[in-house]
Amino acid sequence: MALIVAPEPPLAPWLAALDEQIARSRQFFVDRPVVVNLAAVQDQVGAPLEFLEHLTTRGLNIIGVEGIDRAVLEGSRWAQAWVLGATSRDRLVLVPDDPPPADAPEPVPETEPPAQTHLIVERPVRSGQSIIFEAGDVTVLGSVASGAEIIAGGSIHIYGALRGRAVAGVQGNQAARIFCRRLFAELLAIDGLYRTAEHWGEGLHGRPAQAWLDGESVRLAALE
Amino acid sequence: MAKVLVVTSGKGGVGKTTTSAALGAALAQLGQNVVVVDFDVGLRNLDLIMGAERRVVYDLVNVVQGDAKLAQALIRDKRVESLSLLPASQTRDKDALTPEGVERVVGELREKFDWIVCDSPAGIERGATLAMRHADIAVVVTNPEVSSVRDSDRIIGLLDSKTARAEAGDKIEKHLLLTRYDAGRAARGEMLKVDDVLEILAIPLLGIIPDSEEVLRASNLGCPVTLHNPASAPARAYADAARRLMGETIEIVVPIERKGLMSRLFGRSVA
Repeated sequence: MALIVAPEPPLAPWLAALDEQIARSRQFFVDRPVVVNLAAVQDQVGAPLEFLEHLTTRGLNIIGVEGIDRAVLEGSRWAQAWVLGATSRDRLVLVPDDPPPADAPEPVPETEPPAQTHLIVERPVRSGQSIIFEAGDVTVLGSVASGAEIIAGGSIHIYGALRGRAVAGVQGNQAARIFCRRLFAELLAIDGLYRTAEHWGEGLHGRPAQAWLDGESVRLAALE
Repeated sequence: MAKVLVVTSGKGGVGKTTTSAALGAALAQLGQNVVVVDFDVGLRNLDLIMGAERRVVYDLVNVVQGDAKLAQALIRDKRVESLSLLPASQTRDKDALTPEGVERVVGELREKFDWIVCDSPAGIERGATLAMRHADIAVVVTNPEVSSVRDSDRIIGLLDSKTARAEAGDKIEKHLLLTRYDAGRAARGEMLKVDDVLEILAIPLLGIIPDSEEVLRASNLGCPVTLHNPASAPARAYADAARRLMGETIEIVVPIERKGLMSRLFGRSVA
């Protein structure tokens, strides 16, 4: 089944929304044949071709272009992809999000090396340093200093003391958690929701702890 | 094989210049050929601490920019023959130092001396990064209080990423020197404990320098504390640190105040 992509002007916010969707549903878009319906943007000079370029750079596999005068595509590499009329559009597809990496690792094409879904940092993360890993979990064997930060698409595991910031689930992963052996953190965040140290008080100070998302709030508990 | 040692901290006022002078003098007293280099262009102090302020003609910037020869700028200490000073310029700023010029000067110093002690300016900008750039060994000077510890942590991160050794994939040797350690305040819990600092920074301890009037007195007289009063507690702590840099194993003692006797030391091993 081909996916019909129909942009709506203005293009910039539409493309931004598409980027977000692709980021959350990479698996869904891999090798998915795409038919582009340009009816909504056909009157804007240059817009149809520009838009097709945008889609190509995002790795979408365009097999057809519809809803537009054939002449517009003449001379471009899309001329062969022109489709007469519009394909039937009997139902909207709900694009599913990728399952969280812990449950099912992303299947990868056989020709490519497996994508790294876990980053292990074997030394202390010093003040002023940022470890940013959006593809999955981050494990730090040392401590994370005051003024340092770890940003992960998945969960964060710190086997030393956490004195800086830990930001987990940055790409909308609500199942992401933060674990540390000793909690002195300045800030914890999961999927955009954050808590600063003054929220959790002295009770957890210096103890092994975890943080997770419970609906719309970050919860913390000792790991003992 | 010459060794380039940078004395650095991130934070100002923790004792980098005092340490550069004291360690440099102590190494020279051990028979090593030592030069201490002031990288604090625009805010030079090392010449005062070394008592050479009236003998400065040319400086580091002149040599870096090729206006003077290295031999013209070096000032030989009058007390210890194997100790020299390469002063900074007071009238210029850090932008007067170029990476190529500093590399060339450090290369020339390596041929003449056993130890090149680079006194870094505070901060993490050009002056500090150029001072650490060619170091083989770093002495991270830290006071037992949180802001100094966090700044030191930042500097250790830079030592591990921005130095020539780090960029070549080599390790840079890092040592922690705790200065201004006040036994009385430590006993009252008003300062970070030695173990806390070591736990946060996770680098080996080179020594603990007790907070002492002796340091101030020596600075005001323009004499490294190790030369001014070798029997004083800070001088002995610096001398021990210098021996440890030379590879000797000497137990580190944490100064403890008891019954008002600051000078009483109790042996205790630290990490």
